[in-house]
Amino acid sequence: MADAEVLLSLRKIVKGFGSQKVLSEFSLDIFDGEFFTILGPSGCGKTTVLRLIAGFEQADSGQILLDDADIAAVAAEHRPVNTVFQSYALFPHMSVAENVGFGLRMAAVTKAEIKQRVAEALAVVKLSGFESRKPHQLSGGQKQRVAIARAIVMKPKVLLLDESLSALDHKLRQQMQMELKQIQRKLGITFVYVTHDQEEALSMSDRVLVMNHGQPQQIGSPREIYEAPRNMFVADFIGEINVFDGVVEAENDELSYTVNIGGVKKVAGAEFRLEVGDEVHVLLRPEDLRIEYIEDQPKDEQGFLGKVLERSYTGKTIDTLIALENGNTLRASEFFNEDDPDFDYSINQRVWVSWIDGWEHVIKAGPLE
Amino acid sequence: MTKNGLANVLSFRQLVITLTLGWLMLMVIAPHALVIMTSFMTPDSEHLAVWPLTLQGYQKVLQPIYFDVFFHSLWLSAIATVVCLIIGYPFAYILAKQPPWARAVMLVLMMVPFWTNSLIRTYAIKLILGKKGVINSVLVGTGIVDQPITMLYTEFAVIVGLVYVLLPFMVLPLMASFEKLSADLTEASKDLGANALQRFVHVVLPLTAPGIIAGCLIVFLPAMGMFYVADLLGGAKNLLLGNVIKNQFLVVRDWPFGSAFSITLIVMMAAMLWLYVIANRFVQRQGGLDDENL
Repeated sequence: MADAEVLLSLRKIVKGFGSQKVLSEFSLDIFDGEFFTILGPSGCGKTTVLRLIAGFEQADSGQILLDDADIAAVAAEHRPVNTVFQSYALFPHMSVAENVGFGLRMAAVTKAEIKQRVAEALAVVKLSGFESRKPHQLSGGQKQRVAIARAIVMKPKVLLLDESLSALDHKLRQQMQMELKQIQRKLGITFVYVTHDQEEALSMSDRVLVMNHGQPQQIGSPREIYEAPRNMFVADFIGEINVFDGVVEAENDELSYTVNIGGVKKVAGAEFRLEVGDEVHVLLRPEDLRIEYIEDQPKDEQGFLGKVLERSYTGKTIDTLIALENGNTLRASEFFNEDDPDFDYSINQRVWVSWIDGWEHVIKAGPLE
Repeated sequence: MTKNGLANVLSFRQLVITLTLGWLMLMVIAPHALVIMTSFMTPDSEHLAVWPLTLQGYQKVLQPIYFDVFFHSLWLSAIATVVCLIIGYPFAYILAKQPPWARAVMLVLMMVPFWTNSLIRTYAIKLILGKKGVINSVLVGTGIVDQPITMLYTEFAVIVGLVYVLLPFMVLPLMASFEKLSADLTEASKDLGANALQRFVHVVLPLTAPGIIAGCLIVFLPAMGMFYVADLLGGAKNLLLGNVIKNQFLVVRDWPFGSAFSITLIVMMAAMLWLYVIANRFVQRQGGLDDENL
C-alpha cells in the first residue's frame, strides 16, 4: 500500500452530540482500493466516523476530502459513497431486484441498464435468480448479500460497512468475511468497515485503525496491530495478552535492553529508545509463551516459576492458565502434539515459563497516550 | 395446583365468560336483533311499529331523495377524512420523531380536549364560527372585513366539526405506522441518492400506507353517522346519514324506516371494513410488513 494514493481524508474533524464530544480533531487518511477497518469498543466513535463519511451526520468543524474535494457540505444523497447497514435496511415493500435497482432508478438510469447492472450485482453476491423475492422471504445471510449488492451496484468510490456481519451466526460470518474480501478485491472499491470484532478486523483488512474514546490508538496492518501494539489499550483489545511489568536495567546494544521483571532479568528488544530506569510492559501473546518442566530449566536461563491453575482443550490448541509465584496469572496457548511428552501437565504441577528472545514486545508503562 | 383450585379457576373462567356473553347479548346482540326486526315491520303512528312484516322500510331507503342525502353525506365525510389526513399525517410524523417523553406530552395535549363530551365541544365550535363568534368579531373588529362571514350552517362548518372531533382517530394509527418505519430505511434511501420527494414517494408513503388506510376508515365510517355535528353546525341542508335516522325515530316517528336505514348503514360499513381487511392483507403481503426488520 506504500504507493497507494489517498482517496479519502478526514482532517481535524470535531463532532459532538449535545454536550458530549465524540470526536475532537480526528484525522484519518484512507488509501484508494484498500480494505480499511475501524475497530473499537462500542461508544468509541467508530460509527460516528462512518456516518460522517456517509453524510448522515454533519461535523461541527473539519474537512472530509474525497479525491481532494471537500464533501463535508455535500448532502448524503449526492455523495459517491454507499453504505451497507447493520440492520441491512432493505425496503420491505420492494423485491430483491427493486431493492438493488433502487439507487439506479433514483438516478434515472434506463430500465435496460438497470436490469443488466442488477443482474451483475446479484451475480457478484451469488444471488442470481432471487430477483423477485421479497426481503421477508430471505434468510439473514441472503439479506446481507442483497444489502451489499444494493450498495456495490452504485459503483461507489467508497463502500461503508457498519458492523455488517454482526447479526450472522459464526460459521456464516466467517464465510461472508472471505467473500467480502473477495468482492473487494474483484471490484477494487475502497471498503471502510466498522466493527468491534477484532477477529473480523484482522482477517479481512489491509489496514486497521484501533479507536477508543474518539481517539485513534493505532493504525497499521493487522500484523502490526497484533504483534506490535503501540499501547496497553491496543494490546488488551486485540486478542489475549500477557503483561510483565519491568524496569530497564541496562542498554546492551542499540535498541536492546536488559529488563528486570520482578528479579528475573530478560533481554528485550524495543522499537524505540529507552532510558535506564524506564518502566516498561513486556508483552507476550499466549502462543508465544513456552511452558517447561521445572527440571528442564537450564541453569543459565532465567524464567518464571508458577503452577498450573487450569487446562482447557480447544481443539486446535491446549490453553493453560498459570499462576506465577509473583502473583501474576498467565495464559499460554500451545498447539496440540500427541507425540510430545512434554506437553502433558496436570493441575497444580509446578512449571517454568519462558519465551524465545525476540518474541516479546515492549511498550512504555504509564498513562495511555 | 390441587383439584379444588383447578375447579375454582374453571368456575371463575366460566363466570367471566358468562358475564361477557351476557353483556354482549343484552347490550349488543339484542338491540341489533330488535332493530333488524323493527326494520321489517309496518309503521304505525300510535304504536310505532306493528305487524305484519313488510319490506316497506327498505323500499323507502331506495327513494331518490335519500340517494342525494347519501351522496352528500358521503361527500362531507370524505372531505373531512381527507382534511384529517392532510393535517394528521405531518402531525403523526412529528409525534413519532419526538423522544418518548415529548411524545407523551404531545399526545396528552391532543387527547385532553377529548375528555370533554364531544357534543359540548361542538357547541364551542358553534360559538367560534357564528356571525357574532370569535372569528367574525376579530375580522370585523380589525377591519379586515365589513360584514361578518357566514360560516355557521354551511358545509364548511360541518367539515370543521367532523375534523375536530375525529382528528385523533387519524393521528393514532398513523403514528403507529411512523413508529414502525425505521430511520435506517430513510437513511438507506438517502444513501442511494433519493432526494426528499423521492424518499417520500418511494419509501415513506408505501410503508405508512397501512396507517393511512386504517386512519381513513376510522374517520370516514363514524363521520357519516355524527348527526349532532350536522344538526348543530350544518343547518337544514347539510345532513349526514345519522341525521336521517335520528329524524325518522324522533321527528317522523317512522321507526321501521329508521331501522331499515340503520341496518343499511351498518351493512355498508361492514362492507367497507371487509374491503379494509382485504386491502390491508394486500399491503402487508406487498410490504412484507410482518418482517422482523421493520
